[in-house]
Amino acid sequence: MATPFREILKTKDFVVTAEVGPVKGSNVSKAIEHIELLKDKVDGLNVTDNQSSVMRYPSLGICLLIKEHDGEPVFQVTCRDRNRLAIQADLLFAYSRGVSNVLCLTGDSIDVGDHKEAKQVFDLDSVQLIHLVHTLNSGKDMAGNELDGGIDFCIGTTATPSADPLEPQLIKVEKKLKAGVSFIQTQAVYELDELKRFTEFVRNIDEKVKILAGIVPVIGAKMAAYMNENVPGIFIPQHLIDELAQAPKGTGVSKGIEIAARVIKQIKEEKVCDGVHIMFIGREERVPEILEAAGLL
Amino acid sequence: MNGCIVAFCCEHSAYPAADLAGKLRLHYPENIRVIRVPCAGRVDVIHILKALEKGAAAVLVLGCEDGACHHITGNTRAKERVKYCNMLLKEVQIDGRPVAMFNLSPNAPHKFVRAVNEVTKIIKESGR
Amino acid sequence: MIIAERKPMEEIKQAMAPYKKVLVAGCGTCVAVCWAGGEKEVEILASQLRLARSAEGNEIVTLEATVERQCEKEMVEELKDKVAEVEAVLSLACGSGVQTMAELFEDKPVFPAVNTTFIGMPEKEGLWVEMCGACGDCFLDRTGGICPIVRCAKGLLNGPCGGTRRGGKCEIDPEKDCAWVLIYRRLEKQGRLDLMREYYSPRNFRAVKRPGRVQAVKA
Repeated sequence: MATPFREILKTKDFVVTAEVGPVKGSNVSKAIEHIELLKDKVDGLNVTDNQSSVMRYPSLGICLLIKEHDGEPVFQVTCRDRNRLAIQADLLFAYSRGVSNVLCLTGDSIDVGDHKEAKQVFDLDSVQLIHLVHTLNSGKDMAGNELDGGIDFCIGTTATPSADPLEPQLIKVEKKLKAGVSFIQTQAVYELDELKRFTEFVRNIDEKVKILAGIVPVIGAKMAAYMNENVPGIFIPQHLIDELAQAPKGTGVSKGIEIAARVIKQIKEEKVCDGVHIMFIGREERVPEILEAAGLL
Repeated sequence: MNGCIVAFCCEHSAYPAADLAGKLRLHYPENIRVIRVPCAGRVDVIHILKALEKGAAAVLVLGCEDGACHHITGNTRAKERVKYCNMLLKEVQIDGRPVAMFNLSPNAPHKFVRAVNEVTKIIKESGR
Repeated sequence: MIIAERKPMEEIKQAMAPYKKVLVAGCGTCVAVCWAGGEKEVEILASQLRLARSAEGNEIVTLEATVERQCEKEMVEELKDKVAEVEAVLSLACGSGVQTMAELFEDKPVFPAVNTTFIGMPEKEGLWVEMCGACGDCFLDRTGGICPIVRCAKGLLNGPCGGTRRGGKCEIDPEKDCAWVLIYRRLEKQGRLDLMREYYSPRNFRAVKRPGRVQAVKA
């Protein structure tokens, strides 16, 4: 049985989480492979929720599989596809099946995904979602009704330390902290100065929340440029794009892993924050290499 | 108006130019219907469309040279409207009949003649 | 005001295909201002239809009429005689006008020639931008007069989201500003950033129960 994530957050010096991205279809064999590969190497395994607004096997489904395989899942919930009733219902179900960590996100817009004519729900935003989980945790639903059988989620959220402009984003982060979160998994970080500034801001408001820096390996200069242009919340600095451009052909992935490991090591050595959250969607099988290169195994 | 070229001629430029072309006995096709207007900018999109509805083979709007419009921006507006009109015609796949704008000065009868001849050529080539 | 955009010509042509005599009906208010369905647009659309149908060898006769407001029964009633002469009506009014026509002349098919899009204003000549979401629960005083319901692409009350592009542009469209960055700048100018720091609880989506209905009393 995996150690509950909320305990790890309290006791471990450097927390490591990774991500499993569900596939499009009912075939969960790949997901199970990734779960088996990663569950004992990390402290928590996030499962994305229709990531990038592309319809996939649900986060909750993979979370249940992680539980079945004795891993510790982090249930990602966005506000894009479900209203407050559906989200509350899903949280009750999740908890009843042993899933007790939730990451609260707004969610990408429909336009970046593959069902471009769908309705965007956004009945709630991420801050309201955090409040909602607290409400359920306290034994009531959003309408004030008593729950028969409550929940007790460990609540996390995201943040974008490299947002430009930064101030509006920080105002929102402050609201999230005031609402009460146990952990923050940031969007991809490539510059430590940004991360340090962000961590300092957070610590001034909440000393206890654990900050896990987002690590997204970039495997080529072209991919980096593409991500900068198309993936919301990601800003890859020019010097890294240059470094990638200079890597010999065919070594892109290794280079990306090398850079990621370097950043993780630096964060750990300089104690910039409380850990990392590794997102290598589509290449989950290479995550152990990053962990190894960063000295985390 | 059937088969005619309808030419909206600004009274400060194209109309005197056309008049002069006539006086100088310069050759140009006969099936042209000149309509005198106080300014090319007076011609509205609907006037052009209606001319076509009445059977015009082409519609010309002739105004003053750039910067010389007697009403300052009339020729600029006319140019935009002619462009817009061509878009409207393309929308309904009636873009075979030329709608065009020409700029000239009152003492340039040859420019008037050239414009008419150019358009006549286009009409002939498109088989109307 | 209400902003509408003329439908693609193909759609309009297809709708009018079965008819030989139609009324092209415009409205002199919102759609006239945004160059979609006023008297001028009626003239032009009718002419385009006549030209197109003539070229096909299937002439269409068009009557043209524009009323001041097509969403007012008394004004639409004036079109009674013209409507009686035609097989169908092509309305260039917004959805409200089209439905008023359809209600008054129940025996005639009424076709919308424009797509009604939003409540907005001109950012500059000819460029219309959405401003109001008709949410029925206006809180513009708390966001420096900038509506996050429609100007934020996700309608967030505690924005911005994490997807804001560099320079404060929206995740969805780099041409559009992130509404929450705009709100931040406006409130900062006014020294009222405390309003943005407040937590806004989930929106009442049932403030206006569709179909909306408001009983007003004249002063």
